Amino acid sequence: MTARFTMDETQPRLLDETAQGVIHEPMDRPEGRLKVTGCARYAAEHVLEGMAEGVLVRARVGRGRVSCADEEAVRAMPGVLGVYSDSRMLQVPAHGGAGTAPAQGPDEVRYFGQPVALVVAETPQQARHAAEALQVTYEEEPGDFDPDAAGTVDRPDKRALDQGDLDQAMAGAHRTVDVTCTTAPQHAAAMEPHAAVAVWEGDRLTLHGTLQMLKHNRAELADALGVAEEQVRILSPHVGGGFGSKLGISAESVAAALAARALGRPVRVVMSRQQVFETTTHRTATRQRIRLAADADGRLTAIGHEDRVYNLPGNAFSEPTAQSTHFLYAGENRRMAQEVARVNRACTGAVRAPGEAVGMLALEGAMDEMAEALGLDPIAFRKRNIPQRHPETGQPYSARALAGCMDDGARRFGWEARDPRPAQRREGEWWIGIGMAAAARVNLVSPSRARVTLREDGSALVETDMTDIGTGTYAILNQIAAEMLGLSPARVEVRLGDTDLPPASGSGGSMGASSAGSSVFVACRALRKTVAGRLGCHEHELTLKDGTATCANRRARLHELAASGALSEEGEFRPGTTKKQVSQASYGAFFAEVAVNGVTGETRVRRMDGTFAAGRILNEKTARSQCQGGMIWGIGAALTEEMVFDPRDGHVVNRDLAGYHIPVNADAPPIGVTFLEERDDHACPIQSKGVGELGISGAGAAILNAIYNATGLRLRDYPVRPEAILSDT
Amino acid sequence: MKPFDYVRADSPRSAVAAGGARARFIAGGTNLIDLMKLEVEAPERLVDISRLDLGGIGPAEGGGLRIGALASNADVAAAHAVRRDYPALARALLSGASGQIRNKATTGGNLLQRTRCPYFTDTSQPCNKRRPGKGCAAIGGHTRNHAILGATSHCIATHPSDMAVALRALDASVEIEGADGSRRRMTVGELYRLPGDAPDRDTTLEAGELITAVILPPPPAGAAQSYRKVRDRASYAFALVSLACVAKMEDGRIDQVALAFGGIAPVPWRDGAAEEALRGENPGPEVFEHAADILLADAERQGDNAFKIPLVRRLLKAELARATGTGDQR
Amino acid sequence: MEITLTVNGRAQALELDPRTTLLDALRDHLQLTGTKKGCDHGQCGACTILLNGRRINACLTLAAMHEADEIATIEGLAPPDDPGALQAAFLHHDGFQCGYCTPGQIVSATGMLEEARAGWPSHVSPNLEAEVALDRSEVAERMSGNLCRCAAYTGIVEAILETAEQERDVEPREAAE
Repeated sequence: MTARFTMDETQPRLLDETAQGVIHEPMDRPEGRLKVTGCARYAAEHVLEGMAEGVLVRARVGRGRVSCADEEAVRAMPGVLGVYSDSRMLQVPAHGGAGTAPAQGPDEVRYFGQPVALVVAETPQQARHAAEALQVTYEEEPGDFDPDAAGTVDRPDKRALDQGDLDQAMAGAHRTVDVTCTTAPQHAAAMEPHAAVAVWEGDRLTLHGTLQMLKHNRAELADALGVAEEQVRILSPHVGGGFGSKLGISAESVAAALAARALGRPVRVVMSRQQVFETTTHRTATRQRIRLAADADGRLTAIGHEDRVYNLPGNAFSEPTAQSTHFLYAGENRRMAQEVARVNRACTGAVRAPGEAVGMLALEGAMDEMAEALGLDPIAFRKRNIPQRHPETGQPYSARALAGCMDDGARRFGWEARDPRPAQRREGEWWIGIGMAAAARVNLVSPSRARVTLREDGSALVETDMTDIGTGTYAILNQIAAEMLGLSPARVEVRLGDTDLPPASGSGGSMGASSAGSSVFVACRALRKTVAGRLGCHEHELTLKDGTATCANRRARLHELAASGALSEEGEFRPGTTKKQVSQASYGAFFAEVAVNGVTGETRVRRMDGTFAAGRILNEKTARSQCQGGMIWGIGAALTEEMVFDPRDGHVVNRDLAGYHIPVNADAPPIGVTFLEERDDHACPIQSKGVGELGISGAGAAILNAIYNATGLRLRDYPVRPEAILSDT
Repeated sequence: MKPFDYVRADSPRSAVAAGGARARFIAGGTNLIDLMKLEVEAPERLVDISRLDLGGIGPAEGGGLRIGALASNADVAAAHAVRRDYPALARALLSGASGQIRNKATTGGNLLQRTRCPYFTDTSQPCNKRRPGKGCAAIGGHTRNHAILGATSHCIATHPSDMAVALRALDASVEIEGADGSRRRMTVGELYRLPGDAPDRDTTLEAGELITAVILPPPPAGAAQSYRKVRDRASYAFALVSLACVAKMEDGRIDQVALAFGGIAPVPWRDGAAEEALRGENPGPEVFEHAADILLADAERQGDNAFKIPLVRRLLKAELARATGTGDQR
Repeated sequence: MEITLTVNGRAQALELDPRTTLLDALRDHLQLTGTKKGCDHGQCGACTILLNGRRINACLTLAAMHEADEIATIEGLAPPDDPGALQAAFLHHDGFQCGYCTPGQIVSATGMLEEARAGWPSHVSPNLEAEVALDRSEVAERMSGNLCRCAAYTGIVEAILETAEQERDVEPREAAE
């Protein structure tokens, strides 16, 4: 049976009524034991009988056509089984949620490092050497490698807004801020490199992959291969981090499937770390102009947020840089616009919190500047500009605890001790300062399905093709089912990451917990109805706890009620009209204390706090980890992370983890995370909102605002490394 | 990786006999394997010297300390004699790489590690260090971590070692066994060579020569030693600029001083004239500025790395002030 | 070439291409996939194993060089159904998210605690010759060779500190018995 639910109206807060008491609890991850003992198996770890090894060959020009590849010479090398440059191989990864194949055809080179062939051999050592040895000649064509000087620039209508008169508001304002901020290209750099193990049984492909959104990935892979979706099964029960880079299929999946088909044996293709940097999606650099106008009361009268980003020609994705600027602050005169420079660099795509991760850096830096220009405390200034209704659409807001988060965070952090004058606090060589920024991230939900089975023994099984990329899906789906069915979490089993199971939203855009969670909720609600029926009562009279169903004076053990056969329900959740009725987002506030070395210009974050409100928190432990992780991403964005592209051929210069500096343990300070109690009735039937990206959405701005407080240097170019400090002192 | 013959040496003699221009000695392997995977290094023969008895750390003849070439970076940093008498060396080692790498990387291998110039490690890019005569892609490319001193139009790469910088400041020597079984010694300063027009040769070692030990002279009595590294991350990153400083005061004047810099040149950099300008002087900002002027007289920016010039100056002044107990800037 | 590797106390003969790294030998030939490949260049620490009791990166050494050595991997630390104290602490403190770097973190922490017990100083130790006092910054510095992109560093440090404290509490009692 399928229970369908569309979110057209707010729902009773059933999870506040249920009796088990496991929702929100900081439960350990149920799959955690597998992970800490090394037993969790990731894609590349499926070593199959007769498996051959494929290695992708990288283009060594920035743009052009493959004119000749000396495949014969390579085929003669020891162990080599084949060289493939099938026209179905991918040029770029699929965009998140695409559901169709991205650009194909490896002969046309659109960026340096693009896969142009796959070399398959008996062993990985043979394959890697043969791939390096493959001589490819190119007809090189001139490329556009510099986003600031690109020949083609698109101006997408969907990113343009002109409301009121920004120029006039700026001209007549009491105070204005007009600043340009830049952010560097960033890479997700998940710890597990992209990998695929493909095996065909007849016409049916099984792919062990590392992917975030399996129902879309299955459609993409089938489309790329030219087979029916039903012929493709993807397994991805453990994903070693994604952060957007595994939203859509990329080169290794298609190449492995094609070679496996051609050879009639399983083929494994694992990207090297260098290839991950060169050919999977990364986050665009941005150049953002923020304009703010305020009256003498410190009320914003205008906000402008115009940005320039880049992507490959023809790629539909562009970073939604100003996404949260639309709804966060008041100001009747508004202008947003975007330019997308078309360049021959690896394709850009969604990386953790696309939009807010960079847009909030510029906006929250400018807000700090305006607060200072007005002589107002940064928190007081922000609170004064929280709008009653969405300043563009006029929608009311759903649950929105922005002010509460700022107040709570300020109290915990000791904000009132801040000296607003910069460069006042010094400890030896180090200048000390504190700063804050608001957090905001739009809330998204997406259709999702799950099957929940109450088994004969009274335990429950949750099944969906949803993924757990470290976000805590195994934990929260377990907790929702346990809470709804009145079971100890130990009595609930969650199976994920298999396209044979009901299709879920997938992991991306922080929508997985609410979307997949709601589908489990919907299925469980239907099961509760069945259970109530078997007890002869109405579902709202039913109490389920510790495997016992009680209503009125009747009571039964769940295994007794399921003794005649397992009870199974498929739940389907769909977004509905509540999405349009209100403006929905998760909110929070970041606080940071930094030390900036007066001799060397090194900046170290000494402590950080974040207070967040994201509706119902389903698991306080995994949600906390998400926010801590996001804030450390904020440290990376603020201080260390930059993908460097060579200006002459567009190749990624720092294509490894020694050159691309993600924060290490010593970069991470003690981080406090607090969640405010909140229910967002408009978000979904479990009243939760996205939390996985919230922790990054503005975090870096708190650090740069703290650097200003420490040193008096108003820096607007991310990341801030020693030279930025030294050049101004 | 290109295929290679793997042979295990059972003595230094058998090792050098098996070595040669197309062979590489392997011990820790932490840099060699890294480069072999990229086919930046492609030896035809790999001579495994990791089982040779060259790992000892003990007194050197005539005082000082002898560190076997196979002593791991971790063992050297943990050795009591090093912690007590050569803290600049211990600090340099501890600031380098990670715990895992320090456990495996050896003293000899650390000295001979190759540059981390990203154009050197990418075989799609021309590099004179990798293939002489092909050109240098770093010039005109991304040069944030390249040299400001000692570079040429053939190569602008920097030497990545922290340890070697401290050894240079401490006037250490290396002991070398030649292909014919002969032994020689040279200072760490003499070991390294500037790229000139042959940037493929990092050192003055002849083909097949094996470093068997590092010899530290007796510790400079009464001298302050330090090693300071500036980097993008708080840990596990190569130096933007580093400085090993050994300085001794006598009657309020600078009696001895050695300043070795990392991250700014193709070799661990020392400037005798700059040190000379400090000797016998009363320490103070003007004297330090003067030494920095001499040190940086020929400094040249390469595109993105101009910041290293003021950074070197600041580091020099701060560390000298600390070492001489004058105007501690902390 | 034929070599015998002793892993987790068990000697096994293997026929390997000399180019095979110790990491690939473990993962592809001995099916010990708990040791992860994150970068293959010693830049992430996911492949950390214990070689004769010391933590190293298995990706940066050749299997052929380790015939006489004792190799320990995550699988050798504790049986899968009975995790050790450090593993339990990682679980409890949520010292991981996606789990990919986790075995490397745990093996690295195991080796690191031994190093601290042996009195090895670190980059952040104020005094090179003083006894090691493991605190937050010492643990963070010593664990910086293990990257975690989920950035579970807070939980990792808490888990290790808790384990170190428990061991400190237990040791004197054992010594007294």
